[in-house]
Amino acid sequence: MTQAFTSGGTLDFPQGLNSESLLDIYATMVLVRTLDERVWMLNRQGKAAIVASAQGHEAAQLGSVWALKDHTLDYFCFTYYRNLAVHLAQGLSPTEIMAGFLAKVGEPLSSARQFPLHGADRSRKIINLSNVVGTHVPHAVGWALAAKMRGEPTVVAAYFGDGATSQGDIHESMNFAAIHKLPVLFLIENNHYAISVPQSSQMAVDNVADRASAYGMPGVTVDGTNVLAVYEATAEAAKRAIAGEGPTLVEYDVERYLPHTSDDDDSTYRTKEQLEEGRKRDPLLKLQRLLTQEGLLTEERDAEYRAIAKREIDAATDASEAAPYPGTDNFFEHVYANESGS
Amino acid sequence: MATVTIIEAVNQALAEELRRDPNVFIMGEDVGKRGGVFRATQNFIEEFGAQRIIDMPLAESSIAGIAMGAAMYGLRPIAEIQFADFIWPAMNQIVGEAARVRYGTDGKLGVPMVVRSPYGGQVRGGLFHSQSVEAYFVHTPGLKVVAPSTPYDVKGLLKAAVRDDDPVIFLEHKRTYRSVRGEVPDEDYTLPIGVADVKREGTDLTIVTYGLTVHYSLQAAETLAGEGASVEVVDLRTLKPLDMEAVLASVKKTSRALIVHEDNLSFGVGAEVSARIMEGAFADLDAPVMRCTGPDVPAMPFAPTLEAAFMPTADKIATSARTLLEY
Repeated sequence: MTQAFTSGGTLDFPQGLNSESLLDIYATMVLVRTLDERVWMLNRQGKAAIVASAQGHEAAQLGSVWALKDHTLDYFCFTYYRNLAVHLAQGLSPTEIMAGFLAKVGEPLSSARQFPLHGADRSRKIINLSNVVGTHVPHAVGWALAAKMRGEPTVVAAYFGDGATSQGDIHESMNFAAIHKLPVLFLIENNHYAISVPQSSQMAVDNVADRASAYGMPGVTVDGTNVLAVYEATAEAAKRAIAGEGPTLVEYDVERYLPHTSDDDDSTYRTKEQLEEGRKRDPLLKLQRLLTQEGLLTEERDAEYRAIAKREIDAATDASEAAPYPGTDNFFEHVYANESGS
Repeated sequence: MATVTIIEAVNQALAEELRRDPNVFIMGEDVGKRGGVFRATQNFIEEFGAQRIIDMPLAESSIAGIAMGAAMYGLRPIAEIQFADFIWPAMNQIVGEAARVRYGTDGKLGVPMVVRSPYGGQVRGGLFHSQSVEAYFVHTPGLKVVAPSTPYDVKGLLKAAVRDDDPVIFLEHKRTYRSVRGEVPDEDYTLPIGVADVKREGTDLTIVTYGLTVHYSLQAAETLAGEGASVEVVDLRTLKPLDMEAVLASVKKTSRALIVHEDNLSFGVGAEVSARIMEGAFADLDAPVMRCTGPDVPAMPFAPTLEAAFMPTADKIATSARTLLEY
């Protein structure tokens, strides 16, 4: 485990991070949590068909994006269904994201053809094509290969969960990226469950990062609820990628506070006690506590962040509820580049 | 005009596209020093370098998946799956992923990738080096599937596939690689994907086919000509999109249709072509649409007797045609 800050209240910032950016991360985390709670509620109201919550994963997602922003000239994110915070940090507005959850006009990634958060937005450096776990990781590697062939320096972040690490595509991707020393970051949000299957039934190793050495690349496991540890480890991996030293496996140890998705019932496989234990690691509370201890966050400022977040999410909800569903006029469009028939 | 084999046409098409466009590159098993197990990429690594002729680990899913990522970035990868029988590990990346990118992003991203693969039997390949795989791909919107039968068609269509903005499954019948020769122009040319070609004109019966069985159908047509029957042979060349305009024009002329393919009988190209003939030319037919195809066994078996039992040969095609002509 990387220890990113010293005990005793004096914050030892990882290189590149300062109190201002840490407050930015906090404000974003408040916004993400507010949005996440809202879409879950909209699901329960029958308005959002499907939600995969990021609650418990926020520090891993935001800390990594901030590290990429601060430590690379260019980067690109291949995301998965739980990456609400990555998408928000990449510049998708709450209204755009909400339009995705309600499948309304204004959804920017797939025009609501796909599940929330799926599709692509090249300008905001996001591709999230599929629900089939792990399938996007070879694409991330291919993207990095192409950039390297073109001589266009970039760092490619491939986000996925512990469940995806069982897929052969992950093995093939890590192997190839390591052989060719490609600038890929394999960023694993390990919440220790593949829907209901616990880590002990998914792998015999303690950490996914234990596998990295078998591919000839470094692997590190950090507390994914600690934004500073996440930032530092991700920045380190990005620096290696930029230096041409190849890929790194970064495993964020996180908690998943809600069921796998809104269609899941985790009471069938997790106890209340387990969940309560996990709640002690809440990344939002942790960061709030840290900033408060350091004298960077006052109660007033915190309340202000929360009020702003609520206003933004209220507005996003209103706008998306008022927006129409997509029409069917272009239902047949974009099967091919030129409408070729079948 | 030079006379070349099909594998030479493949080699020429690839080399010319690599020279024409720096975004084109090749990845596959043994494509580097070995030049491909069929020599499709012979001497390429010397001319284009290991950066553009990438020897891949033996892992087909990532051959397709990594090619797909590079294609989305803006390059034009040509992925070689060494034998079509080995394409199944890549099925998810091709059918599950690549085919759905353009639709699933509402046109924001595309996958200009070619997946080349030698397919088909009568090469003593047994169950796992003889398979016909086209039916699995033609079912999938978002993919194009090309299966030409002559050096001229192979070269022109392969170059078109490389320049196409969507994923193209390019199937090369391995029995034809060295057994079929033909003329190709010396200058650069492409052929449009989705356009069939009448390989022999006739008035009494239409054979709709593609791949190796084009040649067997032409042999059968020659035999039948000696018996006084005039048989037209339509080479589909592209299986998806299907050129039904050409098929229907021919069937309306001859009023009889026999569909011939080496792939298994059921739920395949023959079934689809047949349904579309019914929809488009029912009133013009003098007989039911018939099929002469490989049987519904899992693949062409190894022993020569069993291999022969599987293959739709010129004799079998002629027999089916006679039945249809006498109907």
